[in-house]
Amino acid sequence: MASKKYAEVDKNRCVACGVCVKECPMQAVSVWKGCYASVAKDICIGCGKCAKSCPAGSISVVDRVEA
Amino acid sequence: MKQTKQKKWYDYLWIWSILYFSLGFFNIMFAWLGMIDFIVPLLFAIIGGNKNFCNKYCGRGQLFTLLGSNLKGSRNAATPKWMSSKWFRYGFLVFFLTMFGTMIFQTYLVGSGASSLKEVVTLFWTFKVPWGWAYSATGIPEWIVQFAFGFYSMMLTSTLIGLIVMVLYKPRTWCAFCPMGTMTQGVCQLKAAGEKTK
Repeated sequence: MASKKYAEVDKNRCVACGVCVKECPMQAVSVWKGCYASVAKDICIGCGKCAKSCPAGSISVVDRVEA
Repeated sequence: MKQTKQKKWYDYLWIWSILYFSLGFFNIMFAWLGMIDFIVPLLFAIIGGNKNFCNKYCGRGQLFTLLGSNLKGSRNAATPKWMSSKWFRYGFLVFFLTMFGTMIFQTYLVGSGASSLKEVVTLFWTFKVPWGWAYSATGIPEWIVQFAFGFYSMMLTSTLIGLIVMVLYKPRTWCAFCPMGTMTQGVCQLKAAGEKTK
């Protein structure tokens, strides 16, 4: 079952430092071509570790809206 | 559940960061080794179109994580928004490159004989700290020594700024406006322009 929440990246604010990639316990985050972090929504468990460590405050944990 | 990630050899590059400053403390010529941290990130960005340096190999970033996160030296408060805003990041990059240019010019002046070698480490581009013990005349052209003092000053100043924001905000707040990070991200964005985003 998918988690209730997941991490969302503000691509405009992301500095692509990769701290979130290191923090993620699920290896759900990757940095896309050195531009910004990208979260694999289906793997993310919404723990918020990435959001807490993000130095640019560009990650927020949001509710998963089922389609 | 996936297991905790295995440590790789490059997870210990924070040692390099400490080693760099230690070596430069005793002999300023080691400051030249800092060129690695200046050139390698750009090569990753220009050739590979990635930020693998920031993401994996940055010793300074690792040192901030170690001190700020593992050793709890950071308040872990949110970084002020303006500090990670585009205008501040690019403004700081321009400021940094200007100071870098000034340092190169100083090196040129010493090389041309118009100025004499100053055995000082300048902190925050203002405070001159006598550092004469780290150099004794060896016949090396003076401009090479002047550059070493200038480069070491720049590296030490930026690390000190990084440590200050580490304590005040997140462990790696420095990364939000690190000039190398801004520059390499800019290169990557140019390279990826027009490609399908993920």
